[in-house]
Amino acid sequence: MVKVYSVPPDERPGETASELRIVGKPFRRVDGRAKVTGQTRFADDLQFPRMVHIKLVRSTVAHARIRNIDLSAALAMDGIVGTLVGEELPNSFGIMPVSEDEYALAIDTVRFVGDPLAAIAAVSEDIAHAAALAVIVEYEPLATIASVAEALTTPEPQIHEYADEGNIHKKVSLKFGDVEGGFEEADLILEDDFFYEGSNHLALEQHSSLAVAEDDDRVTVYSSTQCPHYVHRALSKTLDIPASRIRVIACSNGGGFGGKSDPFNHEIIVAKMALKLGRPAKITLTREEVFYCHRGRHPVQMHLKTGFRKDGTMTSQHLQTTLDGGAFGSYGVASTFYTGALQTTTYKLPHYWFEGARAFTNKPPCGPKRGHGTPQPRFAYEVQLDKAAHELGIDPADLRLRNLVEADTITANWLQIGTIGLKECIDAVVKGSGWKEHYGRLPEGRGLGIACSAYMTGAGLPIYWNHMPQSGVQIKLDRSGNVAVFCGETELGQGSDSILTAVVAEVLGIGLKDIRLCVGDTDLTPVDLGSYSSRVTLMVGQAAKQAAEKARDKIAEAVSEHMEVAMESLVFADGQVFPAHEPKQRIGFNEAVVIAESRFGTLGTTGSYIPPRAPGRFRGSGVGPSPTYSYSAAVLAVRVDPETGVYDIDRVWIAHDIGRALNPVLALGQIEGSVYMGLGEAMMEEQAFRRLPKRLSSALVHKMPSMLEYKSLGFHDMPEMTCYLIETDDVRGPYGAKEAGQGPLLPIMPALSNAIFDAVGVRVDQVPIHPELVLKGLQAKRQGREARVGPEKFPDINYGEPLIVHTPGQGGDGRAANDPKASRKGVRSASGTMKDRDEALKEHSSATLTTD
Amino acid sequence: MLRLPPIRIEAPDTLQDAAQLLSNGNTRLVAGGTDLWPNMKRRHQQADTVVSLMSIPELDVIDNGKTNTRIGATATLADVIRDDEVRRRFPAFAKAVASISSPPLRNMGTIGGNLCVDTRCTYYNQTEEWRRSIDYCLKEEGQICWVATKSPRCWAHTASDSAPILCALDARVTLVSSTGERELPLKDMYVDDGIDYLAKRADEILTELTIPAASDDSQCRSAFWKLRRRGSIDFSTMSVAVAVWTDDSDVVTRATMYLGAVGAAPMPVAEVDAVLVGNKISKDRIAEIAHVAHQIARPMDNTDFTASWRGKMTEQYVTAALREIAGMPPLHMQPRHRLRVI
Repeated sequence: MVKVYSVPPDERPGETASELRIVGKPFRRVDGRAKVTGQTRFADDLQFPRMVHIKLVRSTVAHARIRNIDLSAALAMDGIVGTLVGEELPNSFGIMPVSEDEYALAIDTVRFVGDPLAAIAAVSEDIAHAAALAVIVEYEPLATIASVAEALTTPEPQIHEYADEGNIHKKVSLKFGDVEGGFEEADLILEDDFFYEGSNHLALEQHSSLAVAEDDDRVTVYSSTQCPHYVHRALSKTLDIPASRIRVIACSNGGGFGGKSDPFNHEIIVAKMALKLGRPAKITLTREEVFYCHRGRHPVQMHLKTGFRKDGTMTSQHLQTTLDGGAFGSYGVASTFYTGALQTTTYKLPHYWFEGARAFTNKPPCGPKRGHGTPQPRFAYEVQLDKAAHELGIDPADLRLRNLVEADTITANWLQIGTIGLKECIDAVVKGSGWKEHYGRLPEGRGLGIACSAYMTGAGLPIYWNHMPQSGVQIKLDRSGNVAVFCGETELGQGSDSILTAVVAEVLGIGLKDIRLCVGDTDLTPVDLGSYSSRVTLMVGQAAKQAAEKARDKIAEAVSEHMEVAMESLVFADGQVFPAHEPKQRIGFNEAVVIAESRFGTLGTTGSYIPPRAPGRFRGSGVGPSPTYSYSAAVLAVRVDPETGVYDIDRVWIAHDIGRALNPVLALGQIEGSVYMGLGEAMMEEQAFRRLPKRLSSALVHKMPSMLEYKSLGFHDMPEMTCYLIETDDVRGPYGAKEAGQGPLLPIMPALSNAIFDAVGVRVDQVPIHPELVLKGLQAKRQGREARVGPEKFPDINYGEPLIVHTPGQGGDGRAANDPKASRKGVRSASGTMKDRDEALKEHSSATLTTD
Repeated sequence: MLRLPPIRIEAPDTLQDAAQLLSNGNTRLVAGGTDLWPNMKRRHQQADTVVSLMSIPELDVIDNGKTNTRIGATATLADVIRDDEVRRRFPAFAKAVASISSPPLRNMGTIGGNLCVDTRCTYYNQTEEWRRSIDYCLKEEGQICWVATKSPRCWAHTASDSAPILCALDARVTLVSSTGERELPLKDMYVDDGIDYLAKRADEILTELTIPAASDDSQCRSAFWKLRRRGSIDFSTMSVAVAVWTDDSDVVTRATMYLGAVGAAPMPVAEVDAVLVGNKISKDRIAEIAHVAHQIARPMDNTDFTASWRGKMTEQYVTAALREIAGMPPLHMQPRHRLRVI
């Protein structure tokens, strides 16, 4: 059952409205009032007695051995309380177990301008800064690498010795099906090169952390982080103390977008300093330092080859990518896989070959940013589809509709598709934009462009291999009537606190205000892996639903005995509990809890969520699977000035298959925010670097690490926007919900490029699309050359032997055909947990699979 | 966060006291602080003492007199664009001021500060730590201009949006020091050098700006166009200011034009006068001037957008500005350039 509605949400037809009282309604977010009145305490708002302020000494050279760090001038200043250097934190860390290549402070080598190498603690931030400037560091410069091309031609010196080859961090080649055979069936083969520039998350809140040391080697770290659990693990490893003695509290975040999902050096440094000095220690990064923490969008170059039949269906695809990773691993191995993993989730691709490589460069490390690794190949794919539509004489919207993946199928690369509302998404934006009347028919200089996308609703696997729940929720109820909900999730502004509260309130039939939340605290809350990969609504929602249903059932059992009515007949609604057939016999929720507490003693329940097991069994199949995928389609209307290349976006229509909107207002906020961020990347954002002339300098610096000169859209620059929420009620999500936080960003960049083509006939195969690029294309067109701007040449790179995996269509079993390392018995199928999951999957009963 | 170094702040309430304080040692002036404070936080402008002009009442004045309009140095940019008479008399000037930065900064920033605003460059407007990593630049502590490495001069660009239009409107400024006072045409206050970009001495205070009534909208038609990426906040990457005086039959009797952000000073396009005087504005004459302006503009790789495109856009914007004055419809779109004076 697919329902389509557009803003305003009030007009939504709701046949389930009588069943659900909170879910699906535009309720006010539970943290809204505190946010707008300033009551919310962000990490930087916290102060503790005797607190010291930390400033990091950061490298001013891009790549060098550290010969000496002279702290004497700094130490001579009044007000200096302590220092730290790399040797005091000798254990490496990193978010991915395969690339734990970071040190809290550089030990022998600095790898980019901004790499921290010493920390100064002082009684004030001013003194700490002055002292940090007074530290003298002697360097022995090493050759610097600024791009993938340079990494390929400069295998030595290696930025990290563990790289797959020279300065190529990771190489991957995955071949699904008969790719060459597929190309032979094609009537049209397109090959294109694309480039997608890197960008920063630009969250308004700069990273901030504060640590408080307690007795017995215990330490509490308050931090602006998306993933307190992963910070907890990294702290235990680097501080060399048991995790049980470390408490991480994730403060409310002023935006994250992926930029706060790594454990960071400054989080480790405040903890170490607090333990070393026995005083609270705090750091808040400057905007420039945020650009050095980075972990933003990888710059990616792509070579895309796709075969089409005359009717527009696709026969085969070969995608090659290179990622400019910066100086550390971060999430980069996953990012590399993600530049290929989700290509198959929107349109049927019978055969697919993905080759990807990530290079180390002497720049701040790239990582996950909203859409993690997938906006880049999505841009390439959707622009190429537009080209194919033109070559084949098929309307670009129709071309997409002819190729749609079907619900509940498995893709060539072994991803299990859930519900798919992409057809409805396309229909909505086509209708809303007047596509059929206007596309290709607008006057010169005006154009429409369409693009689609898909995104995960939570990564199928955790960052480190384990069988434990990816999300846990505990509920405590007592005679006061208060319901306390404990969960490790973190609020980034996306509304996760509201969703968690709403799910529990819905099940227990109580109000949002009757629930007390305790979140993101590793001492008090069960583990949730964090706010990344669009996992929270689905995973936390399912765990919360389960915990709340257990609590409801417990109360119902006691009340049914008390009232002498059947347990199944009891209804929980409006803060009351009553038999469905006799509503007048109601008691307050409060009283019901008293009855249950009297009957059973102290009340508490838990809920857990583990995603269903993905069907892929090959090495690399861990990246891409998700319980289900969201879908989006967008149309952009642009005006382009043919004399200057200047363009303006007049309007955006975007439709998003969200499964079900648990709160339509929050969902629309996520979609609008995604469009905003997508337009920033499409139009202007660049994490760009400058290398000075080599004969004069070895400098390799961030071009503009400031809010003013790093150009991102202001709200003044936002075009008018129409959003459509498409509901496909996916059983895998709580109340049918899928994600909305990342997917809607993805179609914006290719839709802009496609709209510019419709307006002036120029192909822009790269983002951001600067007006000067459009003008360059227009000039080429006038001179009779190819009206295209974009990369001319793909790096010469050997991706190695591909792993051959037969597709479901070929009768494959999900395993690689040529991998001697792979186990033929399947992955840990002997484990009870995994077996349960397998069986539940077979039954298609529910995606909520638990360990208890 | 980035914080100011320790400084002493003086806030005298008379101009004489301010001038006296300024003549001592390592001292700088501040008015709204929207330029100086960020620069001091990044340590590329330094001072032991900062003298604030904001407590001197006589500097906070807007007086629309018969022969001219006088605007005191500490009138805020918001004050200027809120003044009905200023907007009526000098619409292009009001438009230029309304294009500066964003509303909160216009509430703080002053007209005197905008006229004296430091020249800008992406190698210079950076933190101390960043500049260390390029071994500084010619404008501050370094030996090399990284914009043009063989250049003996600094190529930082003028960043004032009010300066080009006020030069075109024949504005004058008053400079006061402890030893005296002088008045000079605003255009003579600027020097085409990224480092020593003002003819104003360090001990002089810009106290007042006067725009002659002969430049008001009933006497001359003026236009201001600004190229920047976003509709707010951004500095100019190129701007065009033009004023044209005509007789009753639309024949030009005098014309002035200045380009912003494509040189260290507002760049005069003197040819505009020679080409237009004695003629009506026509497409051909506009094209001739636009071509010359493109030659005069020296956009460098020191701000947003590529230098070559900014050069091409100079031609387009000169055309646009002159067409606006001639009452011709716009040919092209203005990028994020919906300048409105509200």
